[in-house]
Amino acid sequence: MNLELVLILVVLTNLKLLGSSRLGSSIRTVGVQGLLLGLLPLVAGHDLTARVWLLAAGGAVIKGVMFPWMLMRALRDAEVRREVEPFVGMLTSILIGIVALGASFWLGHRLPLPRPAGSLLLVPVALSAILMGLFLIVSRRKAVSQVLGFLVMENGIYVFGVGVVQETSLLVELGVLLDVFVAVFVMGIIIFHISREFDHIDTDRLSMLRDWKP
Amino acid sequence: MMAFVHILFALVLAPLLLGVINRTKALFAGRNGQPLLQLYYDLAKLLRKGAVYSRTTSWVFRAGPIAGLAAVVAALAIVPFAGTGAPVSFAGDLVLFAYLFGLMRFFTVIAALDTGSSFEGMGASREVQFAALAEPVLFLALAALARRTGSLSLSGILGAVTPSEPVWALVAVALLVVLLAENARIPVDDPNTHLELTMIHEVMVLDHGGPDFAFILYGAALKLWVLGALLVGVVLPGENILLSLVAMLALAVVVGVIESTMARLRLLRVPQLLVGAGALAALALILVMR
Amino acid sequence: MMIFALVLVPALAGVAAVVLRHDRARRALLVLTALAHAGLTGAVWVVLPGPIFGGWLALDAPARLFLSVTSVLFLAAAVYAVGYLAREPHGAEKDFEDGSLFTNAPEAVFTACLLWFLAAMTLVTASQHFGLLWVAIEATTLASAPLIYFHRHHRSLEATWKYLLICSVGIALALLGNFFLVVAASTPEAAPVPMVLGELTARARQLHGPWLKAAFVFLLVGYGTKMGLAPLHTWLPDAHSESPSVISALLSGALLNCAFLGILRAHQVCAAAGQAVFGQGLLVGFGLISMAVAAVFILGQADYKRLLAYSSVEHMGILALGIGLGGAATFGAMLHAVNHSLTKAALFLVAGNILAAYRTKSTADVRGVARLLPVSGVLWVAGFFAITGSPPFGPFLSEFTILKAALDQGRGAVAVAYLALLALVFIGMATVVLRMAQGESGRATQREPWLAVFPPAALAATVLVLGVYVPPALGRALQEAAQAVGGF
Repeated sequence: MNLELVLILVVLTNLKLLGSSRLGSSIRTVGVQGLLLGLLPLVAGHDLTARVWLLAAGGAVIKGVMFPWMLMRALRDAEVRREVEPFVGMLTSILIGIVALGASFWLGHRLPLPRPAGSLLLVPVALSAILMGLFLIVSRRKAVSQVLGFLVMENGIYVFGVGVVQETSLLVELGVLLDVFVAVFVMGIIIFHISREFDHIDTDRLSMLRDWKP
Repeated sequence: MMAFVHILFALVLAPLLLGVINRTKALFAGRNGQPLLQLYYDLAKLLRKGAVYSRTTSWVFRAGPIAGLAAVVAALAIVPFAGTGAPVSFAGDLVLFAYLFGLMRFFTVIAALDTGSSFEGMGASREVQFAALAEPVLFLALAALARRTGSLSLSGILGAVTPSEPVWALVAVALLVVLLAENARIPVDDPNTHLELTMIHEVMVLDHGGPDFAFILYGAALKLWVLGALLVGVVLPGENILLSLVAMLALAVVVGVIESTMARLRLLRVPQLLVGAGALAALALILVMR
Repeated sequence: MMIFALVLVPALAGVAAVVLRHDRARRALLVLTALAHAGLTGAVWVVLPGPIFGGWLALDAPARLFLSVTSVLFLAAAVYAVGYLAREPHGAEKDFEDGSLFTNAPEAVFTACLLWFLAAMTLVTASQHFGLLWVAIEATTLASAPLIYFHRHHRSLEATWKYLLICSVGIALALLGNFFLVVAASTPEAAPVPMVLGELTARARQLHGPWLKAAFVFLLVGYGTKMGLAPLHTWLPDAHSESPSVISALLSGALLNCAFLGILRAHQVCAAAGQAVFGQGLLVGFGLISMAVAAVFILGQADYKRLLAYSSVEHMGILALGIGLGGAATFGAMLHAVNHSLTKAALFLVAGNILAAYRTKSTADVRGVARLLPVSGVLWVAGFFAITGSPPFGPFLSEFTILKAALDQGRGAVAVAYLALLALVFIGMATVVLRMAQGESGRATQREPWLAVFPPAALAATVLVLGVYVPPALGRALQEAAQAVGGF
């Protein structure tokens, strides 16, 4: 189980998210991605101290188990149709994903790290996850899909962090994890409220507040 | 010399692959199924029969199956098997390889259109649409292979493969999807169906009979063998003939398992499957290019 | 120790607010905590506490400044909130815009989130470590989201969702900026520079140039989203107009400043590393764009709370412009941060009074504020004059300082654009505010509750005083802050 394999699996989960049209399977894919990210500190070539084990375990539990559970709960309580309903079709999404992948590899080539990271794939995979996460937020209608896009973006940033940051303090890493956890928690609650108020969770239809009233 | 032995193996054993696939599907369904050598019996029976040609058809209809068979036999001459080089190999032969399949498909399609029936026309349009999506996948996978091993010839590529990186897994999955698409297997097409709604490949060959149909069936079996040899060569390098033969049979079992456990995808979803496989191949290419 | 108390007291009070059952006890807790926090802040000015946690938490000059503004604003908001919460009906009420029924969030949730919001903002001001700063800013987003959703109806839900998603995405980009900063701070030979502000500025020459610039860009975009710089401001008008006025006051007055502090810290590091010009160019650009976007949307604005929200966007643009110009304009920006916070908070609290009396947010339907609500009417007009930079109010001084600095630096185009946009905003707001204040409301003059009028009046009076006389202590503090941020 080496670093490159984990990173390639992360890219595959991102591609699957872009091409998936069912919300339930998307949430599970993000859960799998969370578990992979939990593995990441262990294979990234840092010394395996207790701190690293704690971070890996915490990350795997929170990202791999808790987030999918919270989002599935929100989805179930919302009682909406479980299709993704994107603005951009699945085919185009996958094609855009490949373009984003190529662009991130190109960019990663141009951003040399002063201290070489564990693998040459690290910066490109992180950048590709950030780009694909942003694309998911922009191109999906359902609020749950937007939260998934946000999680993918955070995962990409986390990959970058684990790879290049040799010694951040445990406190900060736990703080980041906790923040994202609470963010997803609050988002889940808001989604539940949205579904109750509006009978749908299409953020495309949340357009009452605007300056130009036709 | 050994290369010709491999061609002999292919010519003789190709129908056995289809028998293995059918047997696997039958076992999954709880039946005993057809005999393993059923396709041989079918070919023998068909070669003895006479053929009936419709008056609307022309020489194209009669030439189609033969031309298709010739194309796939030519492709057979390019594909190496079990590590030894193919009889015919030159730089760039992987492009010829892909286009020989295109040629075979072309002849099948125009033979189908030659009958003047809209039924065949429908099947032809679907087949061509999916092939248009499957070909880039094949090219991307071959490009990744060529880039990695530094050779533009199939013999060179498959002779230099060392499958210890994740890239090969991605290429293998992409090639498997291409194999399923080109050979009209589930989840792209159902070889057993004869309903208008669901036929793609079957409908194009509906009007052929007798020796023509024998050529078509044999050509389909050879096509499965050729693409399977490519896939096995990527996954399993080495010079062991016996191992490669067993791997081919194992591949047939895998195809049978896939056919038994999955349903055919809706026509709308097949492009998504092919583009997904293309994404895997593109990822492999990107990884190889850095 | 004092820094500890400043963060812990509101946090623990928030926990207590969840547990307390009686509304009056909770409201008393809110005001007491606000007083305690203000007291501690005052004590900080007298006895400067040293850095704790190995330099992670310290109150340098900018921190003290922003902490004081936050504390004063929170005190005013707490006093106002007591009256506001007492007036809010329990149970279902009718939404005045579309007539649907809605309820409010439980008051315990409101008070607890409000107190945690204060704790998070205090943590932001005191953070010297970039990682901790990030965690604190994200915490402010999460603490304020339930506050926006206090009135539980469609529009506030939509506003909350946009706020949560856009700010979280922005802050995620800021996290990437943080990681870029770590990369910039790591050198192949030596040990990496810790992410504490003091260390980074001291060893700024060691930082890797391109990565530092990339880090600044991401931190600017990320924290700029939270601060409301255009074109990342799209959540601001919705959130500030749909939340209760007391929350809007805090969001505009205190939270935007906290995000601004994040950008300031990044700018400090850039300036110390000699890359100040790069950062300043970006800041001037964002500043002018924000002012332009705000001016466009203020002209013909139909909702007076959205009007105030866009005015916040404009003033954040002025702040960015001030820092971007550098030199004496940095002092102007610091002074403007103080002035704008006090004025905007007063305006939002007064808007809350107007909303309560007229039950509509549309500028076309509100007439005769000066007759119906005498004190609020005066404050409304005075606040308008203050916020658009008329003398003798405080913002005039700060905006003039920035203008003068622009002219002194020979940046004529910037100065002209600045003046033109300020004029546009003045015109846009004047038509709305003055028309609202004049005329007849058709009802008898109302007695205004003391709790609803005293906080904005106090804030407005402070702004008036600051316009005429800047106390030497404050002047020194502003000077120190400006120098710390990289002014002259």
